[in-house]
This record gives sequence, C-alpha cells and structure tokens, in this order.
Amino acid sequence: MTDPVLTLDAERDTFPKLVRANARARGQAIAIREKDYGIWQAYTWAQYFEQARLIALGLASLGLARGDKVAIVGDNRPQLYWAVMGAQALGGVPVPLYQDSVEKELAYIADHAEVRFAVVEDQEQVDKLLHVRAQCPRLETIVYDDPRGMRGYAEPFLLSLEELQRRGRAFGEDHPRHFDDEVAQGRADDLAVMCYTSGTTGAPKGTMLSHRNLLFTATNAARREGLGADDEVLAYLPMAWVGDHVFSYAQAIVTGFTVNCPESAATVLADLKEIGPTYFFAPPRIWESILTTVMIRVEDCAWPKRRMVHFFLDLAQDMERRRLSGRGVAPVQRLLYPLGRLLVYGPLRDNLGFRRIRVAYTAGEAIGPEIFVFFRSLGINVKQLYGMTESSGLIAIQRDGEVRLDSVGTPLPGVEIRISDEGEVLFRSPGVFRGYYKNPEATERTVRDGWVHTGDAGFIDGAGDLRIVDRAKDVSRLADGTMFAPKYLENKLKFSPYVKEAVCVGQDRPFVAALLNIDLAAVGNWAERRGITHTSYTDLSQKPEVYELVGREVARVNATLLDDEVLRGARIKRFLILHKELDPDDEEVTRTRKVRRGYIAQKYAGLIEALYGSGDHVEVEAKVTYEDGRVGMIRADVRIRDAEVVAAGSGR
Amino acid sequence: MSAAAGAGVLLQVESVSVRFGALMALSGVSVDVRAGEILAIIGPNGAGKTTLLNVISGFYHPSQGRIFFEGRDRTRLRPPDVAELGIARTFQNVALFKGMSVLDNIMTGRLLKMKGSFLLDALYLGPAMSQELANRAFVERIIDFLEIQAIRKAPAGRLPYGLQKRVELARALAAEPKLLLLDEPMAGMNVEEKEDMCRFILDVNGEFGTTIVLIEHDMGVVMDISDRVVVLDYGRKIADGTPDDVRTHPAVLDAYLGVTHD
Repeated sequence: MTDPVLTLDAERDTFPKLVRANARARGQAIAIREKDYGIWQAYTWAQYFEQARLIALGLASLGLARGDKVAIVGDNRPQLYWAVMGAQALGGVPVPLYQDSVEKELAYIADHAEVRFAVVEDQEQVDKLLHVRAQCPRLETIVYDDPRGMRGYAEPFLLSLEELQRRGRAFGEDHPRHFDDEVAQGRADDLAVMCYTSGTTGAPKGTMLSHRNLLFTATNAARREGLGADDEVLAYLPMAWVGDHVFSYAQAIVTGFTVNCPESAATVLADLKEIGPTYFFAPPRIWESILTTVMIRVEDCAWPKRRMVHFFLDLAQDMERRRLSGRGVAPVQRLLYPLGRLLVYGPLRDNLGFRRIRVAYTAGEAIGPEIFVFFRSLGINVKQLYGMTESSGLIAIQRDGEVRLDSVGTPLPGVEIRISDEGEVLFRSPGVFRGYYKNPEATERTVRDGWVHTGDAGFIDGAGDLRIVDRAKDVSRLADGTMFAPKYLENKLKFSPYVKEAVCVGQDRPFVAALLNIDLAAVGNWAERRGITHTSYTDLSQKPEVYELVGREVARVNATLLDDEVLRGARIKRFLILHKELDPDDEEVTRTRKVRRGYIAQKYAGLIEALYGSGDHVEVEAKVTYEDGRVGMIRADVRIRDAEVVAAGSGR
Repeated sequence: MSAAAGAGVLLQVESVSVRFGALMALSGVSVDVRAGEILAIIGPNGAGKTTLLNVISGFYHPSQGRIFFEGRDRTRLRPPDVAELGIARTFQNVALFKGMSVLDNIMTGRLLKMKGSFLLDALYLGPAMSQELANRAFVERIIDFLEIQAIRKAPAGRLPYGLQKRVELARALAAEPKLLLLDEPMAGMNVEEKEDMCRFILDVNGEFGTTIVLIEHDMGVVMDISDRVVVLDYGRKIADGTPDDVRTHPAVLDAYLGVTHD
C-alpha cells in the first residue's frame, strides 16, 4: 500500500503549516464566509491564518503546552475553526463538542479529555461550562466569542476571544519567534483532533486522529471527487462530528475551497439558497426534511400547478429508477425531460440552493430509496458514502455514473475492505485512528491485527461495491426464526413524509411491531387542511384520523415487503404512535439522530409489552428533558392499532 | 418634589391625574423613573397601568399634574415629539404592519433618524443611499441581538404571536430610545417564550443601558427582572419599592394579590 500522500514533506505535514502555505500562495482568495448582520462577511486565507495565529499566541500566553486539550463548543463559526487551528499550531489538541450537549455530557467529555482550555461561542455554552466546572478540575480558562450577555460575569477565568487575541498580539511582540517555532515542531503523527463518538451504546469514546490520518483521507477523497479551490461548501453540521471536521476544515485547507457558515441554525435552508454550494453533505434526515418541505408546498399549490409538478416529478423519478436498475429509459421520457427541466426541475433546484451542486453526499444512516431517487431525478448528483470517526470520516464513496440504491460505493484509494467470516465489515487504511483516548481495551476490541472492526454487517457485491445490511448486532430473528432487519423496515417507514422516526421491535417475538413518531410539520399541515384541530404534539399524535393516515403508510411498507424474499416474513403487524418526539436530550437518539435501540426498549418496555398484548390503548408517563436540563413529565393515553398485512402469497 | 430632577432621574411623573368623563383613570400619581433601571408597573385590571404609559408617551394629556423628561417639562407633548425625545414603546395588542416584512417593520422604527430630501430619496442618491445603508446596518444589529434572523423577510402578520411581540420590541429598539415602555410584553406567551423575552429585556437594559418601564401581570417575571415595582389600584399609587418591599406590603396584598391579611 503505497500512496504519494503518505510521504508528506515537512513543510506541509500539519494543518497549520498548510494554512500558512495557503496564506502565502493564495492569500487573497476567500477561505471562509459567515453570514452576520444579514451580510456574508468574507475572510481570506491571509486573514484566516492571522486570526488563528493570534488565537494561538493568546493560548500560548495562557500557558498552553504541547498535548494540552482545548474544547471547542458552538455552532459553525469562523472563529471556532480558527481556534481549532490555533490549538493545533501549538501542538494542542482541539476537542470539538456538540453544541447542544446537556451539561452532563459536556462534563463527562471535558473531564475525560482533561480539557485545560475551552473556546466557546456564547453565553449559553459559558453557562453550561460554569455549572459543571466543579467536575472538570483541569479546566482553567473559558474563552467566549460573542460578548452578548457576558457583562455581568466577573469570573477571572473567563476571557473574550477579542481579549485573548489582544494578549496574543502582545505575547507575539515579546516572543516574535514563538509561533513559527511551535508550528515547525508539529509532526504528521501528532494528534490533530479528538472527536468523541456519540455511540448508540455506552459512554462516548474519544477517537484520536493525527494530522496524517486526516491529511491522507481528505486529500484522497478530494482527488477522487475532483474537488478544487473553486468549490463552495456550507458548514452547518455539528463541528463535533468528524464529517464536518473533514469537509469544513481538513478538505477546505487541503484544497483551498471556501467554507460558508450560516447565520443561525434556523436560517440554514435560506443560506443554502444564497450560497448555492457546489459540494454538499447532508444526512438522510436533512434530505428527508427538505423533501417534506417541498411536498408541503406542492400540496398547497392550485391544482393545475400541482398536477403539472406531480406529472414531471413522477416522470423524472421513473427515469431515475430505470437508470439505477440498469433498465432503459423510454424515448418519450427523454423528449419530455427537457420540458420538465424548464418548468419544474430547474426552478426547484434553484429554489433549494442546489443549482450549482456537482457532488452531494448522504451518509450516517441508510437513505430511503424514494428520497434518494427524488433528489437524483432532479439532476442532483447525490451519492452514498460510508465512513466512521475511526476512519477519519471516509471509507468508501460511490463513483460518478456507478450509483446504485443499495450500495455505498467502492473503497477510497489506500483503503482496503474485507468481510469477516461472521459477515462483519473490516477495513484498514492510513486513515485509521490512533486509538480511543484512555481506553486501550476498547481500542483493542475495535482494531485487531491492523483491521478495524466496524460492527456493520455487509458484503461486497458483484460490481465490487460495498453493501451494508444493518448494524451487525441489530439483525435478529422473530420467535419462529424469520429474519428481521429493523433498520431496513424503519428506513422504509421513514420515507413517508408523515413519519419522522420509527423503531421496529420483534426479536424473539411472534411478529414485528413499530413505535412511530409523526412529523409535526407534515402531519400538522395535513390536519390543518382537513380542519382537524389539535393543541399539541401529544394531542395530534393520538387523533384517530392521524392513526388512519399513518396506518396507510404502514400498510404501504408491508405491501413493498412482499417483493422481498428474505424479509417478507417480517411485516409490521401492530403499531403505535409515540406521544413525544424521540430526543437526544432524553438519550433516545444520539446527537447525530441514530436510534438508541437498547435504551428505547428499556424506557418504553411498557409500550412494547402492550404492543404484544391485546389492548387497544396504554397509559404512559414519560420523562422529558428540556433544553436547559430541567426534567418534566408527560402523561398520555397511547392508542395501539393493528396494521393491514396482506397475507404472503395473496395480492400480487 | 421639585421640578428639577434629582440625580439619575430620567422621567418624573408628578401628581398626574387623568379623567375620562366621570372616571378618574389616574388620580395624583407620582412616579420617578431612574436612569438605567427596570421599573415594573403592576395592578389589577383597570388600575390605570396602560393609562399611565399612554400619558408618558403623549397619547393622553393629564388633566392635572406634570411630566418631566430629563429635567424639562414635557407635560403637553404629542406622541411624535415624545418619540423624538427618545421614548419608544410597544403595545398591549401587537401593532405591526401585518403585510410588511419583519425587516421593513423594524426599519420604520428608524424613520425619525432619517433625514433627507424627497428628490434624493426617490433617486436613491448620495446621502440617501449611505443613510439607508447605515440604518439597515443598525437594524441588522438589532435583528442579531433579538435572534430573529430567520424571519427577517417573513411578513409580520404571519408570525406566531410570541415572535410578533419580539418584532415589536425590535422596532422600538430601532429608535435607539433612552426610555422604553413595554405594555405587557409577555402576555399570551408560553413559559419558554417568556423566558426568552425576560432575557432580551435584561440584555437590552444591560447592553444598551436603556431605561425600561414595563407593565406585566406575571408576578414571577416582575419579581425576577425589575429593580423597582410601582403598584396601582383604582388609579392610585398604593406602593412603590423593591420587589421584596412590594411583595410584603399590606395594601398590595389586599388590592392586588387578593390575599386577606389580619
């Protein structure tokens, strides 16, 4: 396994060195933009480097030593990306944390990572850290970017970013060679970042990644995908997630493309439209929510327009399905498509901000085939990729022109994939992480003989593409031995615009049952148009009409299962609609919105028992955690329904 | 009390009475508003709270008594003149231009700060343009401050009530007031919206040093955020002091909180 990237020259083997090279070679090119006060404010590579340099010197004035950990907490902001580089320049290790973490999670990671400094966005994050400070004895100084609301804080260990940079400037004048010396000491195998994986089970683990890991992965993926300095991305996914670190930091620095930070979490879709990125990543839930928004708007149109939009969308989707399955496209479709592009696809893409997209990815969870087909049919090059924190983000990506519904593509250059005898996906590459921080046992369990055990069940298909079936431990059997892959069913359910989240249960049970979350926007809109009044999420979720609506969606999924020889036995017989949304604050889903199956089975054991009982309703009381960490109770009477199951062998 | 304001008094309401026909809406009410404080006016329905706010903002003129702002007699000014002095307000029932965007609504709060000629404005030339840009920049700071970026372009009338209240606050702030009058800023809001609004009021007071007079029914809110509380009942002031003083004041317990004491 030899690759040119592995032989890194000493002038370009860490991210701070590369930023310096960018600042020299193309100092006036735009490195990062942020929408602030309603305007896109741009910073060049020269400014990026200088700002990060001042932050580094400021941290140096506070005594940051090589190897010290620096927590980074907040929305995607240029200042926080600069802080990442600032910490790296001194040999410090940035530890990005999820900005919506509750205090308990923050305290755990800050303490486990032995964080000495924290650079945070605003008062909200400062408050959380102040509350947990007693549990993080090593935390010395908290630096905040936005001074809003901070006037009343007199704590000596609080510092504004402006003040930090001012001190950095002064420190730099007294120690003119300090910054360059520290950067020069940086080596490819130094730790570049520590990403805590949210994990669907157990406590978060600190995945240690080196500059070499990330440089290798970012560069190879950028080459394979043809990314260059002219590309634009929107940085809107949590900085704590390895994907954002690769796309918005590592790849941006390696290729020199421009990163755009949205104004606020609520304005992402509007900002997306303004920027029109050429390179875009979204997990399936974002694609889903964009599709839901589109469909709600289409349903609100006058009927001639609605009919026209539906006609062309159906046409494009039929063509795309034919293409993906290798069947030919009918000539009449070929003739109609340009008209559709003029009337529907073009305006729609433009409106969504997808007009300039060359490469778009989905990953994290399997995407519903219908969602995937929808976006591809509009001419958006959405591809599936496969990766994990332990691989520096990326393992495999679908190749242009070889996109299939059920594969995740071929390995990136330098990545080797092997399937174990038990059917588990294993890989090795120069991107393989340096171990879990302070957790050698977990590292040894995951990396054996140089191969990383992913925990995913999969296989390599005839075309050489990797296919992922499910989490290896989730694939299970019903009491009668029928095979049952919960995620597969859940993904099918979630394609319905009305179903936001689904959890299927059935291991060692007589049949499959589902716990569902409705999509408040879509079902609310549906109810409004029918004059069904409701007061709250809980109230709406338990309306008999809503059960009718969702019941039809479950029946539709059951019908599609008839075609599947392996899984046709695992149709959904009973379902209920949960009275509350599954929420990471309640630990029901991870911060990246993956269902935590074990926890749900435990928390909703009463509901699950009731699904296998004979009653048609069950009383529940559930704990909810509000955003500020307070805990409240929701009581509800949850209905249970039988789903329509077409008997195998009948029907089609 | 003399007409010359004591140190730090921004607004002085001196023995003001307002009569609507036979009804005495306010009788002999005196209130000092100190620069930089948050003063809450509480009292049962019909106690004269909104009337007092209307007198201060020039909608009503007192039948008796005088009003001093920054030490000068301002008893008989009309609303536009009051606004020019640096007093802005929000209304009990939201009063936004429903068809206009949030941004435009807030921009109207800058009208008094805009000076220009018809011709230059129409052609959007020279000073007209730079003035518009400066005003827009100021408005954007407020949008950022109140965290309403996502609804900048939305028509005001289509927003939920809690957000409309926030937009109204933004418009009042756009006038860069020295004194901000808020008439029930949290009425009809849920707990979360109330907490947000409390935070914004405290932040406005803290960051801009704006003096704030507010009418509020939620006693929890009043006790949490005000420096001082004035209690009205049937047009009379029955108490005036810190939240703790007022909470235990016998006349207040009687009149407002409806708790008998003996």
